[in-house]
Amino acid sequence: MKIAVLVKEVPDTWGDRRLDPSTKRVDRSSDVVVDEVDEKAVEIALQLQAANAGSTVTVVTMGPKRALDSLRKGLAMGADSAIHLVDDGLAGSDAVQTSAALAAALAPRGFDLVIAGNESTDGRTAAVPAMLAERLGVAQLTALRTLHVSGSTVSGERVTDDGYVDVETSLPAVVSVNEQIAEARYPSFKGIMGAKKKPVEVLGLGDLGLAAGDTGAANSWSVVHDVTARPARTGGTIVTDDGTAATQLADYLAAAKLI
Amino acid sequence: MFTLTRDQVALVDAVRDFATNELAPHAAEWDETHYFPIEVLREAGRLGLGGIYASEQFGGSGLSRSDAVRIFEELAVGDPTIAAYISIHNMVVWMIDRFGDARQRARWLPSLTTMDALGSYCLTEPGMGSDAAALRTRAERVGDQYVLNGVKQFISGAGAAAVYVVMARTAETGSHGISAILVPADAPGLSFGPLEKKMGWHAQPTRQVIFDDVHVPVANRLGSEGDGFGIAMGALNGGRLNIGACSLGGGQFALDKAVAYLKTREAFGSPLIEKEALLFQLADMRMQLEAARTLLWRAADALDRGADDAVPLCAMAKRMATDAGFEVANASLQLHGGYGYLTEYGIERVVRDLRVHQILEGTNEIMRLIVGRDLAGA
Repeated sequence: MKIAVLVKEVPDTWGDRRLDPSTKRVDRSSDVVVDEVDEKAVEIALQLQAANAGSTVTVVTMGPKRALDSLRKGLAMGADSAIHLVDDGLAGSDAVQTSAALAAALAPRGFDLVIAGNESTDGRTAAVPAMLAERLGVAQLTALRTLHVSGSTVSGERVTDDGYVDVETSLPAVVSVNEQIAEARYPSFKGIMGAKKKPVEVLGLGDLGLAAGDTGAANSWSVVHDVTARPARTGGTIVTDDGTAATQLADYLAAAKLI
Repeated sequence: MFTLTRDQVALVDAVRDFATNELAPHAAEWDETHYFPIEVLREAGRLGLGGIYASEQFGGSGLSRSDAVRIFEELAVGDPTIAAYISIHNMVVWMIDRFGDARQRARWLPSLTTMDALGSYCLTEPGMGSDAAALRTRAERVGDQYVLNGVKQFISGAGAAAVYVVMARTAETGSHGISAILVPADAPGLSFGPLEKKMGWHAQPTRQVIFDDVHVPVANRLGSEGDGFGIAMGALNGGRLNIGACSLGGGQFALDKAVAYLKTREAFGSPLIEKEALLFQLADMRMQLEAARTLLWRAADALDRGADDAVPLCAMAKRMATDAGFEVANASLQLHGGYGYLTEYGIERVVRDLRVHQILEGTNEIMRLIVGRDLAGA
């Protein structure tokens, strides 16, 4: 089984994250890390590889040169190879364009299973996996909290607002997984030192068969009209315990649809 | 030496993630309950922490001493006690890897490097610490066996370890009459004293190791008869670097806590960090740690290169780093006021843990003796 895992470099959620008002894009000048859910996607891919002899795991990212570090993290965890989509003409692409670029990279390489995180912590569109499946013309299972492959059948529990649904389809397929899918392993020292010896395929627009007008911020299908800084934190609601604090608290949480 | 490669940064990042997630959240509880987390050590083994600078043939990570000091500093930010035990384990692994024959290495290293098996280093004896060459534990040769009798004191990991590297007297020729012998935990006649009650290092067991007619094959000896003292001292060079790094990590943790606390704590109308007397104190703490870190990296580099001055440099670095770590932690406690004295803030634990680093792996007085004798002999 040939498995591809989509990983994305995102601003560290531990730091201050902001949108740049001039470009209306995520400010990527701060510390960046591999999106946590993508590390979990790599983990489940490695587990599937271990359970299915002869499988390979390829980590795939689209991003600037430094995003090679994110691929290295996946390789250090145990992935076999990497694909890096890097081109100035790709910068600022929206989800529609990103899915086109990824499809152009993945389609000719014939992956049986593509695993992605369900949504990134920066863009949060949660749209790329579904768009990618459409472009590749294969089945999609999204928002999975478990993932199994048996023969040519891929299945899992798809999380919904009310609980979960058992879903399954046939390979080839694109699946997206949520943060419950697995706990990512720590890369071993040997994995870290060996990562640089693993193959990384670098693809630009020309290699992908895309034209300059197909991708990038100037040709985006979606436009961000405005960005606004998050309002400063306000005092919040103070519950005074007059003997009914528990009830008040429950009412508050119920009103916010948290319970 | 001071610019890290991408790989070196990735190694440190991986250890920081491990220490942040698997050590730091539990350090207070392990201290309070005197719990030695062997299952977490096995996790550490999977990263490659069981044989950091052992060769890769039997599962070691094949890294340098310079990598090791950065690794131990990060581990100790999470928990100095566990970091320090991992250092001791690595001393044992290095001794077997460096001085063991093919059969000894194949037998012990695969399980030690994964930390499925743990190691203990047995040099010190009751009433005999700094004057290690005077040790009295005896290994008498009877046919193809050694029969060991004696007591080892302050042994980390005792009772939990699978193998004990025991420095024992095989001849009455002072430091040249000592041999290093591997004693498996299941050897008949091997027993342990009660858990020592101690100021810090609660998360690892410290006990006497007692040998009462313990028979082991002569084939369990590392190197030649009489090589033991040199082997033990060789392991201590790395041990001193590592323990210095553990002090730096603990000190850095305490400094970071102090900075965060002084930013939020207000008195006399403003945050404490705006009081220059306290700001200067923080600056001094940072300078102490940075100076010690710089010396530690230099000493590690010297050991990596096998430089002539590696031994005194390791001694200097151990003394400076363990003093700096303790003093910074103690200063952080003072800056926290009464809260620093409370267990909840985590500072007093680090002060207690780091105190012993000034005593073990050669006391800081012995470090000055090594450096001074090197001067006098030069």
